Amino acid sequence: MNETIDRPIDTSHMQVSDEVAIQISQMNKWYGTFHVLRDINMTVQRGERIVICGPSGSGKSTLIRCINRLEEHQAGQIVVDGTELTSDLKNIDKVRSEVGMVFQHFNLFPHLTILENCTLAPIWVRKTPKKEAEEVAMHFLRKVKIPEQANKYPGQLSGGQQQRVAIARSLCMKPRIMLFDEPTSALDPEMIKEVLDTMIALAEEGMTMLCVTHEMGFAQAVANRVIFMDQGQIVEQNEPREFFNNPKSDRTKLFLSQILGH
Amino acid sequence: MSELHAQTVPFVRDSMLPQELPPASQRGAVKWVRENLFSGPMNTILTVLSLLVVFLILQSSLPWWLNSVWNANSLAECRAAVQAMAGEGATGACWAVIRERWHQFMFGFYPRGLYWRPVLAFALLFVALAPVLFGDNARKRMILLACVAVALVLALIGVGTDLAHVSFAIVAMAAILAVSHLAPARLIWATLLFPAVGFFLLWGGSVWGPIGVLMGFGVLVAVYRLLLPMLGVVMGTALGFLAACVWWLMIQTHVTTVLHNLMPWGLEAIDSDQFGGFLLAFTIGVTAIAASLPLGILLALGRRSDMFLIKTLSVGFIEFIRGVPLITMLFTASLLLQYFLPPQTNFDLILRVIILVTLFASAYIAEVVRGGLAALPRGQYEAADALGLDYWKAQRHIIMPQALKISIPGIVSSFIGLFKDTTLVAFVGLLDPLKGVTAIVRADINWKGIYWEPYIFVGTIFFLICFGMSRYSMYLEKKLKTDHR
Ligand SMILES: Nc1ncnc2c1ncn2[C@@H]1O[C@H](COP(=O)(O)OP(=O)(O)O)[C@@H](O)[C@H]1O
Ligand SMILES: [Mg+2]
Repeated sequence: MNETIDRPIDTSHMQVSDEVAIQISQMNKWYGTFHVLRDINMTVQRGERIVICGPSGSGKSTLIRCINRLEEHQAGQIVVDGTELTSDLKNIDKVRSEVGMVFQHFNLFPHLTILENCTLAPIWVRKTPKKEAEEVAMHFLRKVKIPEQANKYPGQLSGGQQQRVAIARSLCMKPRIMLFDEPTSALDPEMIKEVLDTMIALAEEGMTMLCVTHEMGFAQAVANRVIFMDQGQIVEQNEPREFFNNPKSDRTKLFLSQILGH
Repeated sequence: MSELHAQTVPFVRDSMLPQELPPASQRGAVKWVRENLFSGPMNTILTVLSLLVVFLILQSSLPWWLNSVWNANSLAECRAAVQAMAGEGATGACWAVIRERWHQFMFGFYPRGLYWRPVLAFALLFVALAPVLFGDNARKRMILLACVAVALVLALIGVGTDLAHVSFAIVAMAAILAVSHLAPARLIWATLLFPAVGFFLLWGGSVWGPIGVLMGFGVLVAVYRLLLPMLGVVMGTALGFLAACVWWLMIQTHVTTVLHNLMPWGLEAIDSDQFGGFLLAFTIGVTAIAASLPLGILLALGRRSDMFLIKTLSVGFIEFIRGVPLITMLFTASLLLQYFLPPQTNFDLILRVIILVTLFASAYIAEVVRGGLAALPRGQYEAADALGLDYWKAQRHIIMPQALKISIPGIVSSFIGLFKDTTLVAFVGLLDPLKGVTAIVRADINWKGIYWEPYIFVGTIFFLICFGMSRYSMYLEKKLKTDHR
């Protein structure tokens, strides 16, 4: 179905524990008077890999941005790793240091080298000594397969390389949960694969992942669960095979037929 | 190409063609002239007209420049020398006035025997700037410092300094060069201490005054360090600042008086009304530039703040200052400010002017920086947030480096404007180089009637300084360009 995933992914060893990583209950959010998220209920176990899809404007970005409080919710509860997100800054800092985020447009810091991009937060937030932070950064840059670019600036890298740096930058904070907001949507087709490979490798290590993406091949290969959103609500969720082969709701069917081009 | 090739097979080149220059009309000066000066009828007419204007200007002013007189004691002597040299009715520049009065253009009425103090302070200014200007470029920094050292010694000898002070300056500069070479990071101390050292050199008085002020900063840091683990950054800074204010306002004078009685060290005190010329322009300009940048940044952040009160105050301040002419502010400095201060405080006029010029410049800097902040994509803030950086850390490491980089041209323009505006202090009776000193020189019976030469001299110096700032800003922009767009 998707040519970018070219190897069988063995998910059998990817243990999903009973421990709850993220608990969202009765969550609502408004932009002014626009009710953008309605009654969201969702539990994510540690080690789970969840793909969120849905038409543009359905609130996918808003939902995962609420999880690290880039957006504030107005009603209901979000608990991340046992810490409830309220306006308490201490809690927000705690959650943000445990949750990594990868953006559609990478958002690397253009005035810093790749290495500095990766060490900035560990040094200033985690107070890691510079030398150690650089070692960790090089470790993750090797993992995303671009250690040789460490001293270049983001502007000198291709889109795919930049996105892999962005992933490495998040990993340097040793997060327990990773959020991805359409990480491949701004990339040329030939670069999508290198980013997806990086994400698959991450999944194979048991990272808890929430991923907004339209890469259905990735969803089928890696996800334990696919969530379909429309008009600010969770319309349907299921494990990938059922979701793709046997969608229940009409909206899901319509969406799938559009995106898969049947 | 390939089709052509296909038609002429088989083909083998037996001799390779050497590289050749383009035709004569397509290279070098001929090409440049054709493309840039005579590329069309309109362009040709403009070129001819411009050449005519340049010719007319040169024709009328060149003799004046060529007939310059350097040795004379009055304007009348100058004129006589020109007539003798170039015949009846000839005109000539009389630079003798600069030769005789240069010290007033430079130092105003600063005591002649003490010129080494402002000269040394000026040299130390560049030492203080070195880590800021060329912090990461050891070679450029060493070149700058070496040039400063040589220029300092020459200047000290030029202003007639006694041997003791010249040797002192040589030793000091040697020490600074050694520090810059061995422990470049330590050079930042020269920058931090410069305000106190510069003040002490310029105004003199007891050495314990500036040391007392510095001790206030020590109090600030000590209290901050003490409270940091318990109360956090913001409260720690606030209480530290409060403690420092208590020190400065209530304790310092007692301590420094005692110390001064024990160890009466110091330099001869110089009154503010003896300052003048470029010494005054630099004192006001440099202090105001150094102080207005941080203030402007804070105002820009305040203007973008979510907190209603801070935002309103910042906007109000910026718009008020930008709506009022600088001259009004200077009159405020000279007349009104005294009313708002407690009676008997004798607040130095230069200091008051510096404060208001700083406030004035900071409003403009704030707007320039705000433009830089607005140009940053939202994603930068979000990435910083997502990585867990708090507001101040994000500002310091992510936002400001980029926003300031974007704002460099605007900031330097503001600085250049500020520096030139220091001449406006003439309106409150201070002796600026352009109007103040020139007026004094022309009031002298010997130089009555001279006008071009002093203005050209002062103008040239202003131009050199402002041009230097502008070139440095271009260098900085090029150096900081990392986005490879
Ligand atoms: N800052 C905002 N202010 C007002 N409306 C917004 C804002 N951000 C997003 N929206 C609206 O909220 C809806 C959901 O947006 P988003 O979560 O980005 O959708 P998705 O990521 O699924 O495409 C869209 O209709 C969008 O126009
Ligand atoms: Mg989106």
